Amino acid sequence: MPSPLPDAGRVRALIARGKLKDTLFQAVGIVFLAVGLLVIFLLVGDMAIRGAARLNPDFFTHFASRRAAQAGILSAWVGTLLVMLVTALAAVPLGVAAGVYLEEYARRNWMTEIIEINISNLAAVPSIIYGLLSLGVFVYALGLGQSILTAGLTLALLILPIVIVSTREAVRAIPESIREASMAVGATRWQTCRHHIIPYAMPGVLTGVIIGLARAIGETAPIITVGALTFIAFLPPMPFAEIGAGDRAGLFDWLMSPFTVMPIQVFNWTSRPDPAFEVNAAAAGFVLMVMVLSMNGVAIWLRYKMRKNIKW
Amino acid sequence: MFKCSKRVSVLMVAGVALLGARAAAAQVVSIDGSSTVYPITEAVAEEFQKAKNNAIKVTVGISGTGGGFKKFCRDEIDIADASRPITAKEMEDCNAAGVRYVEMPVAFDALTVVVNPKNDFLKQIAIADLKVMWEPESQGKVVRWNQVNPAWPDAPLKLFGPGADSGTFEYFTEVTVGKAKSSRGDYTPSADPNIQVQGVSRDVDAIGYFGYAYYAENQAILKAVPVVNPKTGAAVLPSEKSVLDASYQPLSRPIFIYVKAKSLDKPEVREFVEFYMKNAAGLIKEVKYVPLPASAYTGNLEHVAAKKYGTVFGGKNEIGITIEDLMKREAKQ
Repeated sequence: MPSPLPDAGRVRALIARGKLKDTLFQAVGIVFLAVGLLVIFLLVGDMAIRGAARLNPDFFTHFASRRAAQAGILSAWVGTLLVMLVTALAAVPLGVAAGVYLEEYARRNWMTEIIEINISNLAAVPSIIYGLLSLGVFVYALGLGQSILTAGLTLALLILPIVIVSTREAVRAIPESIREASMAVGATRWQTCRHHIIPYAMPGVLTGVIIGLARAIGETAPIITVGALTFIAFLPPMPFAEIGAGDRAGLFDWLMSPFTVMPIQVFNWTSRPDPAFEVNAAAAGFVLMVMVLSMNGVAIWLRYKMRKNIKW
Repeated sequence: MFKCSKRVSVLMVAGVALLGARAAAAQVVSIDGSSTVYPITEAVAEEFQKAKNNAIKVTVGISGTGGGFKKFCRDEIDIADASRPITAKEMEDCNAAGVRYVEMPVAFDALTVVVNPKNDFLKQIAIADLKVMWEPESQGKVVRWNQVNPAWPDAPLKLFGPGADSGTFEYFTEVTVGKAKSSRGDYTPSADPNIQVQGVSRDVDAIGYFGYAYYAENQAILKAVPVVNPKTGAAVLPSEKSVLDASYQPLSRPIFIYVKAKSLDKPEVREFVEFYMKNAAGLIKEVKYVPLPASAYTGNLEHVAAKKYGTVFGGKNEIGITIEDLMKREAKQ
């Protein structure tokens, strides 16, 4: 008669096999992770080494020039920062409002289904299409011209789907009991959203915004389409700065200024006849990477600060 | 957090509303167009801003010759950089928008045929050889050097060329194949000539073409091929001298700026154009193009003074124009 229990040896073998597979998967995972990290490190390291000669304060305070050794990225990094500012200011309110509406207010029917599918699809539309759309709508129809405002709004459209989707994910993750508790003490839907849902969702929203901005900061195609320039040796007017005899710039004049951004500067430098510009391109590429990494850093820090204040 | 962003967005809307009231007061000269002409215009713009202590602002974009003319004929920019004369279609567009212009040749560029420095059999090349290499009929068929010329070795033929939207591509195909933009498709295309420079310098079997400046800056890793001039039968290397004496033909071509007549009434644009014509020769040499004789630049300014508008090319892209032809035509205008 066979024993009702499997014998100890077979059980041990089974456990050992399981553990082996476990270790194996872990090893494979670590290798794949290392490949990804290695590529990033090699890229950033390569750019840093090749561009090291130009990474000095002058590089940040000089405009573009036909002489590689004198050329800098002043107009490019200022342009990138201002465009990103406009992008974030436009995409966050719109994206959060749309996401909260879809999760908290919209009734589930075929209309919302269609809207949801479209939002997901928008995230996959090639960026040049957004450029063409903006050229027609912002530049010509609305007459905003080839300005920082146009570029910021274009990139805001580009990252809007990402912000909406991440807002919805964050809102969905908030326990139902929070809403019920809020309603139970007599809060309206709007009061619930304003005092609970939106603050609690903010860390998740922020992650989406940063992922979006990190994509937007490297975009070239839509920015060229809406008319970013290649050579521009002046900065947008500072609010209230003097711009000629007794004339002062308005608070928002910078929004309408012509501009260039970092990726365009890098592209222009890589395609010049003089090989000396490759050093500049590497240095500018490195600076762009640092900008993206520090943006991510700030986001992680903000998320941490906000999460600390949420007590469920 | 949300309160804050709401306030900011209200501010933004207010800002946009305010903007309408204030037009840009600063003096700006806006330029766009060909990436081939860009290095020259950029050099002039840089020096001009320095000379004017940044009182006048100059912006230069690179939308390509066609893209530049589109903006130019929509009355959006003051000056269009062009690596070919204005086309009949573009003339119509400008006419329809009431945009009149002064055509100013500023320099010559020499399209250079290059091979790997280790290539020792290619001593010269005829336009007919280039035609066999690049015409659409050769696609998939002419794939080895000895299929072009039996005297050349039995080695794979690796072709590098620019992308289809470039003026260089347009001119080269017109010269070699006989029809602009008509080319085989099975070559390695790149919008960035430096990728061709890298490609040819790393492959013994490669051949490619691009503007002279890219060869001039990379002579250590490339070899230029003398091109047989069909009129004289002599094989000529591209150089400043051979472009000037018109022996490097038909691959030399003039490049231009087009200045809007209405913009010339603005003192900042007029000053910029005068500065351009007075300082072009030296700056053009620095960025490795071939400057025109001094009389060409004074002639351009005379056209401005005499308000001579329009083109001397009649909407056609001609090949094999020498500096002398060009000067005669511009003088007659």
